[in-house]
Amino acid sequence: MDKLIIGDLEIRNRLFIGSGKFANEAIIKDIMAETGVEVVTVALRRVDLKNSQNNVLNHIPKETILMPNTSGARTAEEAVRIARLARASGCGNWIKIEVISDNKYLLPDNNETIKATEILSAEGFVVLPYMHPDLYAAKALEKAGAAAIMPLGAPIGTNRGLKTKEIIRILIEECTLPIIVDAGIGKPSEALEAMEMGAAAVLVNTAIATAGDPLLMAKAFSQAVQAGRQAFLAQPGQTVDYARASSPLTGFLQD
Amino acid sequence: MSFYPLLQKYKDFALIESLQKVTPQQVAAILRKDRLQAQDFLALLSPTASSFLEEMAQKANRLTIQHFGRTVQLYTPLYLSNLCVNRCLYCNFNHLNESINRRRLSPEEIEAEAKAIAHTGLKQVLLLTGDVPGQEPLQYLVKALDIVNKHFTSISIEINALSTDDYALLVNHGVDGLTIYQEVYDESTYEELHPKGPKRDYLWRLDAPERGCQAGMRRVNIGTLLGLHHWPTEVFFTGLHAQYLQDRYLDTEISISIPRIKAGPEGYQPQAPVSDRDLVQIILAFRLFMPRLGITLSTRESASLRDNLIPLGVTKLSSGVNTAVGGHIDEDAQDGQFTISDERSTEEISQMLIQQGYQPVFQDWHNL
Amino acid sequence: MTVTINGEQVEVATGTTLISYLKEKELPMEGLIIEYNGTIIYQDDWEKIEFIEGDKIEILTFVGGG
Ligand code: SF4
Repeated sequence: MDKLIIGDLEIRNRLFIGSGKFANEAIIKDIMAETGVEVVTVALRRVDLKNSQNNVLNHIPKETILMPNTSGARTAEEAVRIARLARASGCGNWIKIEVISDNKYLLPDNNETIKATEILSAEGFVVLPYMHPDLYAAKALEKAGAAAIMPLGAPIGTNRGLKTKEIIRILIEECTLPIIVDAGIGKPSEALEAMEMGAAAVLVNTAIATAGDPLLMAKAFSQAVQAGRQAFLAQPGQTVDYARASSPLTGFLQD
Repeated sequence: MSFYPLLQKYKDFALIESLQKVTPQQVAAILRKDRLQAQDFLALLSPTASSFLEEMAQKANRLTIQHFGRTVQLYTPLYLSNLCVNRCLYCNFNHLNESINRRRLSPEEIEAEAKAIAHTGLKQVLLLTGDVPGQEPLQYLVKALDIVNKHFTSISIEINALSTDDYALLVNHGVDGLTIYQEVYDESTYEELHPKGPKRDYLWRLDAPERGCQAGMRRVNIGTLLGLHHWPTEVFFTGLHAQYLQDRYLDTEISISIPRIKAGPEGYQPQAPVSDRDLVQIILAFRLFMPRLGITLSTRESASLRDNLIPLGVTKLSSGVNTAVGGHIDEDAQDGQFTISDERSTEEISQMLIQQGYQPVFQDWHNL
Repeated sequence: MTVTINGEQVEVATGTTLISYLKEKELPMEGLIIEYNGTIIYQDDWEKIEFIEGDKIEILTFVGGG
């Protein structure tokens, strides 16, 4: 059976979803029931003391693997603080590190992300850093003890697809950790492409949450992710140009 | 960190059995893949894969041109000393071999050799010595480097295994490349062939390339002596070792050599001979497994074979070679480390490359 | 006395405990995370906290996020 292992957990569904931006969070429960998604990201915020509370956990089944993110963190220190708080909730020890100090493009700061990864992995967190695809940063994250690496496909929320494809391909080739494409994936076909290339999983939020029919879109993504994974495992055939061998390169061996 | 645990992992694995089990369908499928796993590499070293040499060659040729262009680098060895305390059964410099003259070049001779080589246009040189442990030989080498440095832009060394600190010292004195062969990865064969001397320490040698990477060598070249032991497994381990280094030390260029060992002193004969066909299969498997890997071919091979091997993935050739200490200044210098088969000068090799549509590269970079 | 809760100055009666404050605000206890003067307080210890002048309290919870 083809399983993804992160931390000590075995994951069957390689589609991870984010829980933000849903018009109605109640649909998350349906999505999980119908697609078998196992990993969901959440964010940590101050309780609004003036209005009645809506805790997103009410809509996420208990057995879900929760991946709190450190959104809002602008430095490694802030990310570490948020991670520790998130763990205090008792909802597991996974953490998606997201350090963003640029409000214009919302691009992650790799240097700070590496620092935070180092600290948190030493504290026993299962650290999944969101990063700008860069080989040296990815290697540094491996060294720092990350459990997986999550390069962006395109800037957050842009739904522009796999703009960083060539670099992600290199990360997949060069890194021993699972590569999870996070951010930018706008269509199931793009998720499929990432999986076909050998990504271990994809994380999709905006494209599902803001679809006309989020449930249907989540199903489409889940199937695309499966199809891409199967294509990767099946090792696509390619047309090999034997025909070009007009002058054989090994002819000299014939005695 | 060490390559040893990874090597151990494969020890109990039935490598020879899995080589026998490879099917033509598997080989065909591997040839369609973009990225090869270790088990794919192993399959390409199987008897079954040997009937796919032309298909492998077409792909290897394409990959080599894609990653290296139509270029081949040229270098030549400069033997500084044949003094050696080891007894490697296959080597002429073997401590017990009394039939050769032992000598070590003086500073003046080093200068003259360097000048003679530089005169042919070569900018990359490989300094070799036998194995004499201790500080004095190291200081000798440092002095030699200071002399040779003036004549070349890239200096590699092929000497006994050193510590990280000693490698770093040599890097500071201008060394940018380290060549060190494990000779044979099979541990019991290693023990047999290295009966005495510091080289008997298998692990110290095995981790030397990694220490070189850590010491800041820009290039590390490893290899197995083809013919000492069953070649498919030896080549497999060499490939794993190269990949291990390439994955961990992105700032070091990893390459391999494919030296075929011939007869040695006192009637030594290779126990597991490698044919031309095998050699071709080895080069092709390396190239398909690691498209960015440098592949060095020495003058142990004949001129005509070398010419034919170039398009298959070779990226570096030695030329104008003399494996005797002092061979470039003394026409009559004898007692080389091994017998060479391609005696062409650097000029002749360059012409041959140009005719084949390749650019001979004398200088890869210039250290500022 | 005045304490700071989630960044806002709040007047509370002397003797207010963390638990009593949460109950008064009708906050669901599930999934709440409390940071008290920079230290994380686990649920078992909530009842031990009695507010004093100048305390800084953060009350956090999970919300949707990607
Ligand atoms: S191979 Fe090297 S160490 Fe062994 S005998 Fe020859 S020169 Fe000495």
